[in-house]
Amino acid sequence: MTTILDAVEVPTPKRPWNKKRQTFIRSAILMSISLVFSWLLSSTTELGGVLGFYLGLAVCLPVVVLIESIRHGRNVAIDRVASSVILAMFGVVVIPWISIVTTVYQKGSKAFYWGYLTTDMRFTASGESLEFGGALHAIVGTLVMVLIASLISVPLGITAAIYIVEIKGRFASSVRFFTQAMSGVPSIVAGLFIYSTICIFFGGFSAWAGALAYTILMLPTVARTSEEVLKLVPDELRAASYALGASQARTVFQVVLPTIATGLVTSAILGIARVAGETAPLLLTASYFVATSRNLNEPIASLPIYIFSNLGLGDANATTRAWGGSLVLLIVVFVLFSVARGLSARLSRK
Amino acid sequence: MIQDDLVPQHRKLVSSYTLVDRIFRRVITTGGLFSLVILGLIGAFLLYRGFEIFSDFGFSFITGEVWNIGDPMDTSTAVLGIGAMLMGSVITSVIAIVIAVPCAIAVALFIEYYSPKRLRLILTAVLDLVAAIPSVIFGIWGYAVLLPIIEDWSVPLERWLDFIPIFSVPSGIFGRSPFLAGVLLALMVIPIVTSVAREVYSQAPRDLIDASYALGGTRWGAIRNVVIPFGRSGLVGGAMLGLGRALGETVAVYLTLNLVFDINFRILGSAGGNVASLIATKFGEATEYELKALMAAGLVLFLVTLLVNFMASFIVNRSRKIL
Amino acid sequence: MDTPNLETKEVINSNIQMEPTVMNDTTRRNADNLEAKGESGLETRGVHAWFDKHHALADVSLHFPENTVTGLIGPSGCGKSTFLRLLNRMHEFIPKAAMAGQVLFEGNDIYADDVNAIDMRRRIGMVFQKPNPFPAMNIGENVVAGLKLSKIKSDNKDEVIEDCLTRAGLWNEVKDRLKSPGGSLSGGQQQRLCIARSLALKPDVLLLDEPCSALDPGSTLRVEETIVQLSESMTIVIVTHNMQQAARVSDYCAFFLSDGGPGHLVEADLTTSIFSNPKDTRTADYVQGRFG
Repeated sequence: MTTILDAVEVPTPKRPWNKKRQTFIRSAILMSISLVFSWLLSSTTELGGVLGFYLGLAVCLPVVVLIESIRHGRNVAIDRVASSVILAMFGVVVIPWISIVTTVYQKGSKAFYWGYLTTDMRFTASGESLEFGGALHAIVGTLVMVLIASLISVPLGITAAIYIVEIKGRFASSVRFFTQAMSGVPSIVAGLFIYSTICIFFGGFSAWAGALAYTILMLPTVARTSEEVLKLVPDELRAASYALGASQARTVFQVVLPTIATGLVTSAILGIARVAGETAPLLLTASYFVATSRNLNEPIASLPIYIFSNLGLGDANATTRAWGGSLVLLIVVFVLFSVARGLSARLSRK
Repeated sequence: MIQDDLVPQHRKLVSSYTLVDRIFRRVITTGGLFSLVILGLIGAFLLYRGFEIFSDFGFSFITGEVWNIGDPMDTSTAVLGIGAMLMGSVITSVIAIVIAVPCAIAVALFIEYYSPKRLRLILTAVLDLVAAIPSVIFGIWGYAVLLPIIEDWSVPLERWLDFIPIFSVPSGIFGRSPFLAGVLLALMVIPIVTSVAREVYSQAPRDLIDASYALGGTRWGAIRNVVIPFGRSGLVGGAMLGLGRALGETVAVYLTLNLVFDINFRILGSAGGNVASLIATKFGEATEYELKALMAAGLVLFLVTLLVNFMASFIVNRSRKIL
Repeated sequence: MDTPNLETKEVINSNIQMEPTVMNDTTRRNADNLEAKGESGLETRGVHAWFDKHHALADVSLHFPENTVTGLIGPSGCGKSTFLRLLNRMHEFIPKAAMAGQVLFEGNDIYADDVNAIDMRRRIGMVFQKPNPFPAMNIGENVVAGLKLSKIKSDNKDEVIEDCLTRAGLWNEVKDRLKSPGGSLSGGQQQRLCIARSLALKPDVLLLDEPCSALDPGSTLRVEETIVQLSESMTIVIVTHNMQQAARVSDYCAFFLSDGGPGHLVEADLTTSIFSNPKDTRTADYVQGRFG
């Protein structure tokens, strides 16, 4: 078949609407003028320091842009000023996020030595030199409690999701609504609840109690993400299974759930990431213990409480240990999230 | 029109389940209702443990500003009220929301309408990551990095603005103030509000945006005219979610706020209140009676955040349905 | 139902085997106009369009004389809507879109570096396939939405509203409820409201992208009547799937086709010529309903 292209010479595609080089140069000039102004502002007035500099920039940039663009008329000026305000506010928000990550890395890496991840604080006082002791007990404690919590909350969360999506029972919408509301329960209230039941009945702090507090906090996350994943399963798949004479139980367990296994793993990981950093409930349930614990009926250490208790001591070395714990915790949470994201990306590609 | 008597009677379609399926459905239903049961149990147990406090102090437990256990042996000498703490929670959360909502709007608009596709994908992922940063890390950062900055700033702010009552600090003590806690909470809440805002903004109808451009509107014109009105109720819902989170936050506030049992609107001064921090602070050395009071305080916090979250999910769900 | 006012145009039925109809307004219907290169009206020269790697439109050169209606016809996917969106730079809002060639408006290339696309779009208005009044605004506010968006101050908003709604043929139907939301109108009324909204900016050109495809036949006739009246004072380009509509409203027709490759212009001529004795057999097949 002949197309028009045989008769016509095809020009190169162009995008005349793309920003021109002079636009970039103009933006760069405006930005540098604003930088100079805000530097002057922050170094000459009392509202100085880092915060002064960035807030100054957030004010200077729109003003400079306004002065430059007013000659193009009201309409264009408003548009450009709005863009600059949005960019400036974005910067003001992002800079603390960057600061958190870099501060934790800088201060936390000072606590690291070859034994930080393999020793606990059994024989080391918190104020002692950083060449001794470590966070092993905290890491193990967090792992133990997260594991127990997952074993309980993942099946329960998936069950709730199956109830909402597959059974579509009478209470489906209220289960969804209350699961959503439950995700907003303050973590300390979950801790208080477990304390007022488990700890009071069974005598004091324990790893079990901490794990149960985690369970309450994990459940809504797992239920909600599983629900979203279950909804991705096309109805034709279920219909095909029913058409083969399968029961609903068989359809769910042998057709629906295997199709979305990755998604369910994702929901479990997201649940774990949600609770791994929770501090408040553990203060009231698992408390803290300096050695690597083997007994689930005893208080147990965890990364957040390790950070929290070291911070409370006020000693310089203890504070550094707290930063070290923060770095470990941050890495754990980020890795969990990245894995979950990778998995869900793979799922959506399917 | 078909006459009524020509329409045959509807046959009911009844699915009958096999025994296996009936058991399956029963089991799943039981499991599914578990979250309802837990929510009920939380309320019930906290009420059970704290009931004595409510009957002893009545409404003054909510409004009272004094927290004094008196003679540990004699509970009748105790005067316990969480008024100052409750007010403090509200103040820090309001500061957080007032800062967080405009920032969240700006970040959401930046991600959806100002950044190229590649950057948008990266930022959406970053948003998730930041939302996952544990509160204890926000707390330690707030204490070590943000506290000195805010302290430096509070002094001149107070000097210039002390004719406005909330900015005056007669005590002259700055530092771990409601303002600091509020700013820190804002940083924690921004990712939550932003991701809700981003989601609704991304669904703003393309044809209306096109119409704005075709009428000679600028990018900001289209956003102002179409995107922001479209996302309004979703944004309110997101702000409520953030408010719920801010009200219930414990550790970050614990590390950055000085608890003082006195209702106090001077946000720059080193004195404030917070129910969740109260529980964390007093829990360690609490007497049995005080523990009951903490349970009662927990119940109040639970109910307040539950109410806020109900409203939030109601509004967010409604705005999703409209879409 | 009012019968549309089609005094100056001939209604041509789908089954066209007749001689070209005699024009009432011969000056406006000068067939040479289509090739005329002038300082007036809208003109494209060798326009191409791409979506990422997909070459959607190739080498279209057309001239739209002032105060005429040009219908763009052709089967789905032939690039006629893409072409329309190129005429007021709406094409560039589609990610990864690209183009080549020139679009001249009053002799100036609208894709030139120094052209302000925003001001240009005010002068080349557009009405979309689906009626899209702003839901957050009432009828009156919708009409002046363009003024608000362009930050144009207007002292006599009420006059503008009445004038535009009158020209869009909607005034009598809505004059008592200007405060009710735009969404409360019927589909056809909404589409005329969208036309009125474009008119408020006093455009020189109005682009209509299948404006009647979502409407019932009665509303379609009302909109067509409006289009014919508007063509007295502005240049109109209308994309349509509907052969009869093209015949009813347009002075000129341009037939687009994609034969496996990018869409391109097969033939452009007086509407009567296109329908009665097209030069290209594919045009004849299409207007007689043999494909598309």
